[in-house]
Amino acid sequence: MDIRELQGYANFFMTIFLVVLLYGYIIHLYRSEKKGESDYEKFGNIALDDNIDSKPIVPNPKTLKENEEENK
Amino acid sequence: MQSNAALEYDYSVAKLFTYTTILFGFLGMLIGTLIASQLAFPELNYMLGEYGTFSRLRPIHTNTVIFGFTLSGVFATFYYVGQRVLKVSMAESKFLMTIGKIHFWLYLVGALAATISLLLGYSQSKEYAQYEWPLDIVIVIIWILWGISMFGLIGIRREKTLYISMWYYIATFLGIATLYLFNNMAVPTYFLTDGLGNFMHSVSMYSGTNDALVQWWYGHNAVAFGFTVPIVAMVYYFLPKESGQAIYSYKLSLLSFWGLMFVYLWAGSHHLLYSTVPDWMQTMGSVFSIVLILPSWGSAINMLLTMKGEWNQLTENPLIKFMVLASTFYMLSTLEGPIQAIKSVNAIAHFTDWIPGHVHDGVLGWVVFMIMAGLFHMAPRMFKREIYSKSLLETQFWLQTTAVVLYFTSMWIAGITQGMMWRAVDEYGNLMYSFIDTVAVLHPYYAIRALSGVLYLTGFLMFAYNMIKTMTASRELTQEPQFKSPMA
Repeated sequence: MDIRELQGYANFFMTIFLVVLLYGYIIHLYRSEKKGESDYEKFGNIALDDNIDSKPIVPNPKTLKENEEENK
Repeated sequence: MQSNAALEYDYSVAKLFTYTTILFGFLGMLIGTLIASQLAFPELNYMLGEYGTFSRLRPIHTNTVIFGFTLSGVFATFYYVGQRVLKVSMAESKFLMTIGKIHFWLYLVGALAATISLLLGYSQSKEYAQYEWPLDIVIVIIWILWGISMFGLIGIRREKTLYISMWYYIATFLGIATLYLFNNMAVPTYFLTDGLGNFMHSVSMYSGTNDALVQWWYGHNAVAFGFTVPIVAMVYYFLPKESGQAIYSYKLSLLSFWGLMFVYLWAGSHHLLYSTVPDWMQTMGSVFSIVLILPSWGSAINMLLTMKGEWNQLTENPLIKFMVLASTFYMLSTLEGPIQAIKSVNAIAHFTDWIPGHVHDGVLGWVVFMIMAGLFHMAPRMFKREIYSKSLLETQFWLQTTAVVLYFTSMWIAGITQGMMWRAVDEYGNLMYSFIDTVAVLHPYYAIRALSGVLYLTGFLMFAYNMIKTMTASRELTQEPQFKSPMA
């Protein structure tokens, strides 16, 4: 088996691996939403409500902490 | 970080890149129209000596549109959208503001130097990677500065979740960084030969088939990460924001993102069908190109479904019209590309005018339309004035749509005619036509393309005029519009 053939097989199996990974991700997204663990659709509102003083959809704990310290 | 009540988004860098988008868009399209005319009327090649020939001007056209117009548009929208979806202002960090400004000024100087270098004939002779090594180094520095801006803003964000547009901007940054570095690996010959020859000259680190393979891995993905990914970033922000409708399915946007990342990088070898690269690699290029329809259409359909129940906005708001047409052209060109990558179709399409036809329905219909719509949406918010003229926008839309249709239909006919004539043999197996026969037949289609260039350029001038008037003379706004952009 020469290097070109090896490259071909390596490519094939890597593709299969990545396909499994991608489908795994799809299943993960839908399953976690169905179980009520996460709500992905709410993130669509990040674009609609994007004023600087709007309440973040998921506040960044790091920035929140800094703001609290400054406001003390 | 400050947290005062009067904090506002700072658009100074976004504004600067908006100006260069207009400038380089005009230059790139002007040269494009000129070289399209040169193909129809060859005497136009002899106006400016060596500086006015097709071969000298063509790389200036492609590079000015890609690295001048499109990248300016990407940077302008990033410095606008990035702040808003991360809910953090550039004004909050002096460091990031300084980096942003250096990013712009170095970009402007670099872009002008790069254009001049091409005009003087310095070229690596690689498609979309013509810039010689000193300019490549400048481009890498510019790119790093953008990376610092992007990840710096992400570092101080208030919104923890990165909105889907940010994912696409990050992918643009990482994708181009990898591709550009690898494809431009070259040896400057001046240093290796103790000062012989030209200082600017270099030789690629790869040779033969490998060089071609790396080049088209880059070339195809420059289209992916320059013309597709950041434009998807724009449509995912600007269409929902302008229409007041959240993305139809956020999950679908995530799936399409990973699908696109997964598939796109493998498709480049379809540029090398019937060449000396291994056969399995050619087949892989074809197969992945077909699969690429899925994530591309995933995004496009998601965009169109975002307008569900709100299609009346299409007639009321010209910006929605621009964005919906852009999404439609995205669907068209992402179907056309895979069709061209099928081996049997490629046997006819390869090297013909159908290829520039495909590139242009993507770029004129999708990329330019989306960038213009994005900048029109940003203008009232950045300059606090309403858009100068709605009727001018409408006229521009129809003029440019006609131009795109004329461009791709003429090139479809020209390309397929060309491909068929090259392959035609008589009953004894002799070629039926010489090359010049095809040139004579194609003349009317080349003339139609030149006309479409004039129409599109006129439309772009209307855009530039409307933008400049919006910045300077339009009615002032007292408060920022929430969704629909106000226009007179």
